[in-house]
Parts: sequence; C-alpha cells; structure tokens
Amino acid sequence: MISFLIKRLTFGLFVLLSLSLFVFFLFFVAPGDPARVVAGDKAPEAQLQQVRENLGLDRPMPEQYLRFVTRAAQGDLGFSYRNRQPVTDLIVRRIPVTVSLVFGGVLFWLALGVPIGIISARNPGTWKDRLGQVFILLGLSFPTFVLGMLALYTLYFLPRTAGFTLFPPGGYAPFLENPAKWAWHLALPWTTLALVVAAIYARLTRGQLLQVLGEDYIRTARAKGLTERRVVYRHGMRATLTPLVTQLGADIAVLLGGVIVIEQVFGLQGVGALAVQAVQNQDRPIIIGVVMLGGLFIVTTNLIVDLLYAALDPRVR
Amino acid sequence: MGQFQTRNQKATTEAETAEAGDAPVVVQRSSASLTFRRLARDPASVIAFVFIIALVAFAVGAPLVEAWTGHGPIEQYRETALSPVGLPVGPNAEFLLGGDQLGRDVLVRIAYGARVSLLVGVLASLLAATIGVTVGMLAGYFGGWVDVVLGRLMDLVMSVPFLLCALALVSVFGPSLPLSVSVIVFFSWTTIGRVIRAETTSLARREFVQASRSLGAGHGYILLRDILPNLALTIIIYTTMLIPNAIVFEATLSYLGMGIVPPTPSWGGMLAEAGANSIYLVAWWLVVFPGLALLASTLAFNILGDGLRDALDPSARGRAVLRKKKKTKG
Repeated sequence: MISFLIKRLTFGLFVLLSLSLFVFFLFFVAPGDPARVVAGDKAPEAQLQQVRENLGLDRPMPEQYLRFVTRAAQGDLGFSYRNRQPVTDLIVRRIPVTVSLVFGGVLFWLALGVPIGIISARNPGTWKDRLGQVFILLGLSFPTFVLGMLALYTLYFLPRTAGFTLFPPGGYAPFLENPAKWAWHLALPWTTLALVVAAIYARLTRGQLLQVLGEDYIRTARAKGLTERRVVYRHGMRATLTPLVTQLGADIAVLLGGVIVIEQVFGLQGVGALAVQAVQNQDRPIIIGVVMLGGLFIVTTNLIVDLLYAALDPRVR
Repeated sequence: MGQFQTRNQKATTEAETAEAGDAPVVVQRSSASLTFRRLARDPASVIAFVFIIALVAFAVGAPLVEAWTGHGPIEQYRETALSPVGLPVGPNAEFLLGGDQLGRDVLVRIAYGARVSLLVGVLASLLAATIGVTVGMLAGYFGGWVDVVLGRLMDLVMSVPFLLCALALVSVFGPSLPLSVSVIVFFSWTTIGRVIRAETTSLARREFVQASRSLGAGHGYILLRDILPNLALTIIIYTTMLIPNAIVFEATLSYLGMGIVPPTPSWGGMLAEAGANSIYLVAWWLVVFPGLALLASTLAFNILGDGLRDALDPSARGRAVLRKKKKTKG
C-alpha cells in the first residue's frame, strides 16, 4: 500500500516536472520578445534591456528554469506581462468560479451517468436500454459548446422572448452571498458539462455491470434468494465501482478541457477564460501558470483516485 | 467469433440451397465480405455510412455548391444577406441556410467547413493510429525496459491538461491547420497505443510467434508479418473511433480561436462567430446548421465505429470497451 502510493506520488512529480520543462522550453524557444510585450512596441532598446534584466531574461536558460521551478514550488508564478499583477493572485481570484463549475459538474455527471448505466444494464435489450444507448451515443457525439449554445438558446433566450426568465444568460454569483443564486447561475453550465461526460460513465457502468451480472457469484447470490435490488447494488455495484473510479482519474484532463469551453460559452470568468485571454494577449507567465495549475490539479485528483482505488480494491493494498 | 460466423454461413448456405434446388452449394466467403454483410444488416450503420459518403461528396463538391449558389465562401453580400439594420437574414430562396453576421452564405461556408473537419479528423486519426500502433507494438512485443519507458510515456501524455497545453502551443506558434493536426495527434495516439500494447503482449506469447522465431525470423519480420495482420481488426475499429473525437477536438480549437484562422470557414469557427456578441440568439440558423453538421458527422462516425466493432468481432460486444478502460495500475 505504502509503496504503491509512493510510486504514484513519484509519477505525479514526474508529470509536473515534465510539464514545467515543456512550458518553459516552449516559451524559451518561442519567437517574439517578451520584453517588447512588457515595455510596448515603441520602447527604446535601453528600456528593453532594463526590462530583460528585471525579469531575468538575460540569464542563461538553465538558471532561468531553476529559478522558475523553485519559485513556482513556493507558489510564486511571476507577474503578468500585461498589467504587472502577480499571476498567482490573478489565478486565485478566478478559482472559485472554476471550482464551483467542476464540483457541480462532477456531481451531476455521476448522478446522471451511473444510474443510466445501471438501468440500461438491468434491462438489456428493452426500450429502457435502447434509450440509454441513444443517450450514450448522443452524449459521446455532442460537442460541448454546441450543447451549451443550444441550452442557452432554448432555456434562456426562448423563455425570455416569451416574457419570463427561466435561466440567466450566464455569468456567476458568489456562493457565499447567495447560494440559491449561485446554483441558479450555474445550473446550465453544470448540466452541459455533465451531459457530455455522463455518456462515458453510462457506457462504462453498463458494460461493467452487464459483465459482472453474468458472473458465477451473482448467480450464487440470486440462488441464495437475495432480492434483485440487493444483488445489483450490493454485489454487482461493488465490482463495478473500481473501473469507474479509475476512469474518473483518466477523465480529469477531459473535464478541464470541458471547463475551458463551458466558461467560454457561458461567459464565466474562471481560470479557463483567463488562459484563453492570456493566449490572445501573449501573456506568457499567465499561460505557464495556468498550465502548471492544471497539471497540479490532475496529479492531485489522480492521487485521490488512487487512494480511493486502494480503499475499494483490496488487491492493490 | 466462431459462433456468429457459423450461423451466418449457415444462413447464406440455406439461401443458396433454396435457390439452387436440391444440390447444396457452399459458397466460401472472405472475411471482408462476411464483415460487410454483417454491417449491411445493421440499419443504423448503413445510414451512418451513407451519410459519411454524402458528407465526403458535399465537402469535395464544395466548389460546385459555390457555383450553384453563386456565393463565395468568404465573400460578403451586404445588400442581400443583411437586413437594413445590419442583422443577418434567415434562410430564404437565395440563401438556403441564411446569411451570417458579415453577410456570407452559411450553406457555402458549411460545405467548405466540411473539408476542414474531414481533413483534420481523418488525417489526425490516421497519424495518431500510426504512432499509437507503432509505440504499442514495440512496447508490447519487446516488454522489459522498452515497455516501462513507453508505458510511462503514454501515462504522461494522458495525465497532461491537453487543452491547456494546446493553448500554450498555439500562443507560441500561432494558429494553423498543421498545428491543429499535430496537437490532436499528439494527445490522441495514446488511446489506441494502450489497446495495441495489451493485444501485442498477449499475441507475442502465442505459439505461431514462437514458431516463426524458431524458423529464424527476425523481430521486424515477426512484428510486421505475424503480429500486425492480427491487429488489423483492432486498428480499424479504434481508428474509426478516433475520427469523431478528432473532429470535435478540431472544432473546439477553432471555437476557442486556436484552430483554423478566419475567414477560412470551419464549423468550429462559424459557431465561435455565432457565439460572439450572442448574435445567434437572434439568428438561430447560425448555430443550428453548423452545429447540426458537426453533431451529425460525429454521430455518424460513432455509429459506424460501434457497428464495425460488432461486425468485425461479434463476440467482443462490450469487451472492447472494458479493455480500453482498464488501466494498468502500480
């Protein structure tokens, strides 16, 4: 168990290190002069030189990298080229929006995907299963932003033109100020994010459960006279949970991608929107910061998933 | 596979018998023709296949659409496609699918956009499959440290925030078609790589491989002549399944302004323009038609992929899913 966790932890650090090397060298070899972005296009050469010295851009590459990594490890990601604010502050300010989105999204998608998978697997070949299959196929095929735009059109705009407000056009309301308003604002983004990923879980749950329900020990459980409910949820789901948890770890990257798109569709000012704006502004420190944060998020979630995995499946312990 | 195939053969034999009268005629069919027959019996797959053919024709014939409507893909028809207040006009006799916010013909743009989607989708999937198959076969066949290194590499690529990395790459190199394809390839070869690795590992232990080796065959020969043909099914299925993901990936990049550079039409880009300033709220056709094109394409490829899986390997219903999701741990 301990050695398993140490292995996973080492791999997590390895991922972060590779990621930092990737972004750092990407921007080091990149065309374009950051000093010019900072000082403006018309700045004289002397001023550019000054900026380079201030930012340490005149130092040798390995030294710059080392400094970047040691500072990043302490939570210092440098300053935005555009408005000189610390990148860490800029990101932290936007985290509540993104975390709210992720939190609700995960909850919604599990609450949607797993039950649909179970219903499908319990009634294979029936209309319920067919419906589940259609849901799976549509979910797998629907691009997030198309679904989001359709949701906004049908659930915000059409009711609005009809004279009543069903859902807000987007935006964010802080949880602490008014939880109800918070949920109301995020309802559409949550559902959109969830619908697309839920399909993967529905398919996985259905496939796994179908296979598990064909196993001998399930027959034994039925032969013992257990109720169908108990057989499915106690005996069947227990074996189905492990691959589901594993999949959750693999899908965190997909989730982050979805978050960026959803923030764009619904005009949420989260971390993903920050990254998109930074790309448009060529604000490299912010891009580096967000990529590293994304990596950290994935690594941490995967560690939690590994812990869960170890708790659920005695074989890894 | 056996069960299904036998039943299938029996059915065809019976049909032939009925035709030929008393003399039972056994027709030997190739694996490809059997697969095709099985696929043809699944109406959903047939519709998906026909749709894909039509889509390809539509994309290839985009200049014909242009000639027929008389509207260029990036030309603006401010007089006819925009209302006097500057809003796009809806579908009408001249602009079958309406005009966009700059007065361009949505139909013509969708036709040219299909080229981008198909080109990127198919090209990226083929490249990703080539890399995935190569890496997977090497890792599975040689095992040992090769497997450890390549396996870790795949783990690494899979646990990276791919869209953010794509954004970083675009911010450095600027958006372009080749960059879109490279990014999609880089982040999607692992799915097929894992599957191929697992299959190769078990194939490499089989008797026919040992026999080949004892006859003096080299690694290259065994990999290409003995193992690769046995992976054909898996490769076809998973490559088909990569295509819809690649199409969505490209559209997402274009939607975020990181893919195809406007004014070149792409479905993702059209949707992004429709979303900017929420213009689509007053012009539904700007979302519905490109969105529908995108959805129908990914749906068609997904259905065909499922159908192919069932037709090529009927015993594997559901098994392929499990195999893909099973992650080697520890």
